[in-house]
Amino acid sequence: MAVVQRVPGAAGVVWPAETVHATSLWRDAWRRLLRNRLAVLGGGVIVLLCLVALLADGLAPYPYTKSSFSRTYEFPSKEFPLGTDQLGRDVLSRMIYGARVSMLVGLGAQAIVVLIGVPIGLLSGYFGGRVDLFLTRFIDVMYAFPRLLFVILVMSALGAGLTNIFIAIGLTGWVGIARQTRAQVLSIKEKEYVEGARALGAGWFRLMTRHLFPNSLTPIIVTASFGIPEAIFTEAALSFIGVGINPPTPSWGQMVGENQQFLRSYWHLCVFPSIAIAVTMLSFTFFGDGVRDALDPKMK
Amino acid sequence: MLKYAVQRLFWLLPTLLAMALVTFLVMHATPGSPLDPVAEGANPLSPEAQKNLAEKYGLDRPLHEQFVIFVAKAVRGDFGNSFVYKTRTVGEILLASFPVSLFLGSMALALAILGGVALGILAAVYQNRSWDYVSVGLATLGVSVPNFILAVFFIVLFSLLLPLFPTGGWGQPREWVLPTITLALGPMGIIARFTRSSILEVIRSDYILTARAKGLGERLVVFKHVLKNAFIPVVTLLGPMFAAVGTGSFFVESIFRVPGMGRFFVESMTGRDYPMIMAVILLYGAFLAIMNLIVDLLYGALDPRIRY
Repeated sequence: MAVVQRVPGAAGVVWPAETVHATSLWRDAWRRLLRNRLAVLGGGVIVLLCLVALLADGLAPYPYTKSSFSRTYEFPSKEFPLGTDQLGRDVLSRMIYGARVSMLVGLGAQAIVVLIGVPIGLLSGYFGGRVDLFLTRFIDVMYAFPRLLFVILVMSALGAGLTNIFIAIGLTGWVGIARQTRAQVLSIKEKEYVEGARALGAGWFRLMTRHLFPNSLTPIIVTASFGIPEAIFTEAALSFIGVGINPPTPSWGQMVGENQQFLRSYWHLCVFPSIAIAVTMLSFTFFGDGVRDALDPKMK
Repeated sequence: MLKYAVQRLFWLLPTLLAMALVTFLVMHATPGSPLDPVAEGANPLSPEAQKNLAEKYGLDRPLHEQFVIFVAKAVRGDFGNSFVYKTRTVGEILLASFPVSLFLGSMALALAILGGVALGILAAVYQNRSWDYVSVGLATLGVSVPNFILAVFFIVLFSLLLPLFPTGGWGQPREWVLPTITLALGPMGIIARFTRSSILEVIRSDYILTARAKGLGERLVVFKHVLKNAFIPVVTLLGPMFAAVGTGSFFVESIFRVPGMGRFFVESMTGRDYPMIMAVILLYGAFLAIMNLIVDLLYGALDPRIRY
């Protein structure tokens, strides 16, 4: 296997240096991603948001719980750049801490979804049989559920809180990625190289980790990158309703939900977190679109 | 085709039954009950009173018995009294609010289809020119920004800054405009993106090349050959679209104060209103499944290559 035969070019032809370089799928994809301006912009905003979330303690001008009852409902001023809320808390500081919740849910919950969904999809696609049949039936039923309603149901069962949001999203979100992985495995396991590996004596675990998983990675990454904004949306929606993040921990969705009825009188309470959610969602969408186009240029 | 439709309708029953079972189990697996004095809106009751209430609502029986009773009654259209609105039956409440949601949803869906298809055509025909960017931009906005955020922006723009429409209510047609647009924008974006890529795919196909080669005018090529074929995959989208409009309606209805059934989604779940939760989920599931069936049949009617 180690011997690679080099096919000599036609006599006298000197190939330009760069064609000799082997470019991997990942390097190609990375280059295509960097060429996509919107994706780079989205990625930049995401990095910025992550930094804000990490450095919230240093960035926020006030602690997010610090209230001042003589200064409630203030409009933006020099002292409070985005105004104060019904308890006289600084809106900017609360939004900075809100970034922490959004990023944590977006990345963390999606990680859980991938960790549950991918192994299930791999096993079900590879082994087939009764397990697979049961799983696909189960997935069909899960698909029949309105996703958000089911999350709300689980949340009202578990109670509000960050950990429970992880659980609720993990519990309901793995279905899509499992289905995707399963479909990939079904087509890949019939390929000649898998047959070859099996003929050489590779066991199911080796086949799965060395061949099936790496080769179904592209659609998994694409699905996961679109799952992040979905998780952020779910948290915002849950907190908007009041079954998401527990106060006093601030979350953008919660700020919008609590203050939407005062929109006419105190627009600043609602508009700034709304902008934050919109910008975050757009950034992840641009970035996700870029990742998809970079990994699979045919899909564009 | 008739056989296929009947078969699908038959499969609807086990699906609904499975949905009912899952919802029932999740509901009852959670700590707390509607009689729990800690639950929202409940009175602190003496243990005897609680026992009597549990007996009255059948909550003291074993779970499997409760489920069987529920199914037997639901088949006859009886979902019982709401635990939260104690004087009204679930049937009454949904009968009053479902038509409102259906009306809002249909308007939004109609707008989404018309707008989405128009945007998609513009984007595809003027690929990589300014129309394309405008329509893709609008579509991305609709797809990625949650509708309760869009609602906030619309209220600020079109009823506070420019007082064109009221901030809420459901009396006169003028009050329908903002909720409909808000609800439509997401599905519209999805349809636009899908239409665009579907048309682009068709435009590159051989029969379009043939049509052009034989000298057909651009308008004829686009409307007669491209669109007809490009629409087929777009129709499949309509199934999930109903889901998006359905669940989205809660937020839009609550922000614009529309008296639809959206608010019962959440109220029933946080209030442990068992009969209401079951009815809402089943109504939604049945609606979705029937819409999916209609879409599938439509798909077959549009594309003669499809056999059932």
